[in-house]
Amino acid sequence: MHPARAWRGRSQRYRLEGEICEGCGARLFPPRDICPECQRPARTPYPLSGRGEVYSYTVVYEPPAGYEEQAPYIVALIRLEEGPLVSAMLTDVGPEEVYIGMPVEMVTRVLHRQGEHGVIAYGYKFRPVLRRTVMLPSPSAPVTA
Amino acid sequence: MYENGHRIMKPSRPVGIVGYGAYVPRYRLPGVEISRLWTGGAEPPPVREKAVPGPDEDVVTMSIEAARNALARAGIAANRLRAVWVGSESHPYAVKPSATIVAEAIGATPHVQAGDWEFACKAGTEAMQAAIGFVGSGMADYAMAIGADTAQGRPGDALEYTAGAGGAAFILGPAEESLAILEGSLSYVTDTPDFWRRAHARYPEHGGRFTGEPAYFHHIVEAARQLMEALGTRPEDYTYAVFHQPNVKFPQKAAKMLGFRPEQIQTGLLVDEIGNTYAGSCLIGLTAILDEARPGDRILAVSFGSGAGSDAFSLVVTEAIRERRDRAPRTRDYIARRVVIDYATYARYRGKIVLDT
Amino acid sequence: MREVAIIGIGQTPVGEHWEKGLRELALEALEAAIRDAGVERLDALYIGNMLSGQVESQEHLGALVADFAGMHGVEAVKVEAACASGAAALRIGYAMVAGGLADFVAVVGVEKMTDASGEAITAALATAADAEYEAVHGMTFTALNALLMRRYMHEYGYRREDFAPFSINAHRNAVHNPCAMLRFPITAEAFASARMIADPITLLDASPVCDGAAAVILCPADQARAFQERPVRIRASAVATDTVALHDRRDPLWLEAVALSAYRAFQQAGVRPEDVDFFELHDAFTIMAALSLEASGFAPRGRGVAMALEGAIFRDGRLPIATMGGLKARGHPVGATGIYQVVEAVLQLRGQAGPNQIPNARLGMTQNIGGTGATVITHILEAMD
Ligand SMILES: [Zn+2]
Repeated sequence: MHPARAWRGRSQRYRLEGEICEGCGARLFPPRDICPECQRPARTPYPLSGRGEVYSYTVVYEPPAGYEEQAPYIVALIRLEEGPLVSAMLTDVGPEEVYIGMPVEMVTRVLHRQGEHGVIAYGYKFRPVLRRTVMLPSPSAPVTA
Repeated sequence: MYENGHRIMKPSRPVGIVGYGAYVPRYRLPGVEISRLWTGGAEPPPVREKAVPGPDEDVVTMSIEAARNALARAGIAANRLRAVWVGSESHPYAVKPSATIVAEAIGATPHVQAGDWEFACKAGTEAMQAAIGFVGSGMADYAMAIGADTAQGRPGDALEYTAGAGGAAFILGPAEESLAILEGSLSYVTDTPDFWRRAHARYPEHGGRFTGEPAYFHHIVEAARQLMEALGTRPEDYTYAVFHQPNVKFPQKAAKMLGFRPEQIQTGLLVDEIGNTYAGSCLIGLTAILDEARPGDRILAVSFGSGAGSDAFSLVVTEAIRERRDRAPRTRDYIARRVVIDYATYARYRGKIVLDT
Repeated sequence: MREVAIIGIGQTPVGEHWEKGLRELALEALEAAIRDAGVERLDALYIGNMLSGQVESQEHLGALVADFAGMHGVEAVKVEAACASGAAALRIGYAMVAGGLADFVAVVGVEKMTDASGEAITAALATAADAEYEAVHGMTFTALNALLMRRYMHEYGYRREDFAPFSINAHRNAVHNPCAMLRFPITAEAFASARMIADPITLLDASPVCDGAAAVILCPADQARAFQERPVRIRASAVATDTVALHDRRDPLWLEAVALSAYRAFQQAGVRPEDVDFFELHDAFTIMAALSLEASGFAPRGRGVAMALEGAIFRDGRLPIATMGGLKARGHPVGATGIYQVVEAVLQLRGQAGPNQIPNARLGMTQNIGGTGATVITHILEAMD
């Protein structure tokens, strides 16, 4: 795959940059330049938060060429908190842990590598929202002598 | 500004850490699993387990997450960074910077210095020294230094037990905005070939016990001792100390040689849980300390990179730590996120099973 | 506008044609259709095909097939709309005859899939999706349908096994179709324990990869009787589109292009859903069959699976579907499928469907879907008295 293809979408791929419609305020991802809500131009870049929840998901056991090294993997539709649905892989999670409605957050990962020699394509995936460990005031914390 | 015979480095404009962030992947390979495979379980592993990156992770992806955490803590816009530097010995490309990808992903492009640093396990602190210089000289208000690695040891080699994965990002900025202010730093470098990897080799070579006294201990101890001497500080002045962690014993011994008590290095000593994260090692330890430190605490951080050299930093924590710490996941959150894998899964994730030739 | 009739049909068996390439398959179906129609000359040839460029490194199928068929100089073009390529080609042929630009037109759907490896064909089929925002994320066609199926089950409370009637019906009907690929019945137990491809979709929810070609000959309806005793009139031909990417739809479980295309077809034909005697729908996956029934107006929302469970889709039911095996069991040679559906509908309307004959079939509907519902083409066919 020519590197220009992934390159021209780097803002969307790397950091989930969408668009906002100046007309009606709809936030769009993927960028589509014409607002589907009001049909007016929507070309103002808008960074999506990357937070959302699983709308649906599946496990791919028979991957297409180029994705064998990650299979079996989970792909999902994510309902972003700004409204749009987005297709992406889930990562850092096993199929048995996923459920519809699971809160997820965007991370930037390797989408595919094209073998040992090709350009590495990075892009958004989603993972379960990182759990914060409970930090109790630690009595064992070292004190200055 | 030079002091003490040109040894200690202090920027003319006071500098500190305004934001920090860590990343550790979720998979863990227990040492006993490696020992089972290669020694029939006869050899006791040097660390309990090590962090292993998933198949979609590399130094770039780990750096991006650590960098996002650092930005969240700093509370500054990414386009205010004037440098994004990534130190690693496992950059995914031999030619093509990791730093441009990281800078683009966090939104720091295009008015930014971006480059990759290489100095074995001290590539990250090397970048940190440069960032201190950048901010200290007034050329930049903020500069980001990252140390991250997905290091590999040859299957069956002693290094395989410890070669882990993880990284940490630091944003250096003006002292008055910092959560930890730099008192000074000192570097100690000689040409000592204790560990190396040739340009096209997959796995590193090492000099066995030569990596110990003349390499690790000599450089760490000299850098730390001379920095404390120049600053007029003593081990008991430090609440915490963190050293490069190739295994559990080395940093423990270095601490003892310098006169630090085990409690002082406990918080930052993570190698038993995540392995040796190379360029990330000392820096992730430092993030774990900052996660727990209180205003006024003094921290000594000393890296070691084979080849060889050490960078020592003396830091004092400020009030700002209280509100910034919880703007991003803590290092312990990542360590607690733990999925144990077997050697076969590890071999697959790390590309040790050849799928195409 | 002139009325258009189908006066000839032809099809190759669907399956693994190791000994035949694209051109041989296309010619076999075309020759059969020409023989069936008994026409001497053709004014134009339209080829429906999706994957020839990817699998055979061969585009330009219009000229290629025309040349191979000895139709020197004839107008010939390939038409592509992913899995709806076959019906899209028919739509063009129909428009040519209806508009008076041509009198005798052949439409061939042809696909050669078995020359590619499994991974390659999976990647090739994924080109029907959005390459930049779906396929790049490792999305396969099966995966997209699995996302729909899981959400459908979640919203309406169905179990995986509830989709079994679609596949049981298709396999049962394929047994008596000499051109079908999977001519064996399956049981509910087999359905329940089939191998997972993309959870919750198993091998028995999905149509097989295969080769095949089918052809029809069109002419103005007022000339049809001169060639064919039992011509079939095209009462409606309607295309509608939707977003290529599933995630761009307001409601992924409502196939808007199906609804639009079916609505337009019913309007053109001046008929209502209950007037249709049978429905050759696009059951590439069981979930597609359910969603197609709902959006076409044959079942209320969320009741497509219930309709199947009630037995309405069987040969003796209210609305028989996949009467010759459907995509599931006849096979789904993607760009040819739309023409297979029409050939099978013509067999029903001529009363030539053998043991699968729907008694007194007068009005049949075919629906060919490209992608996950981005291009939907509905035809309504009627036996001419
Ligand atoms: Zn709008």
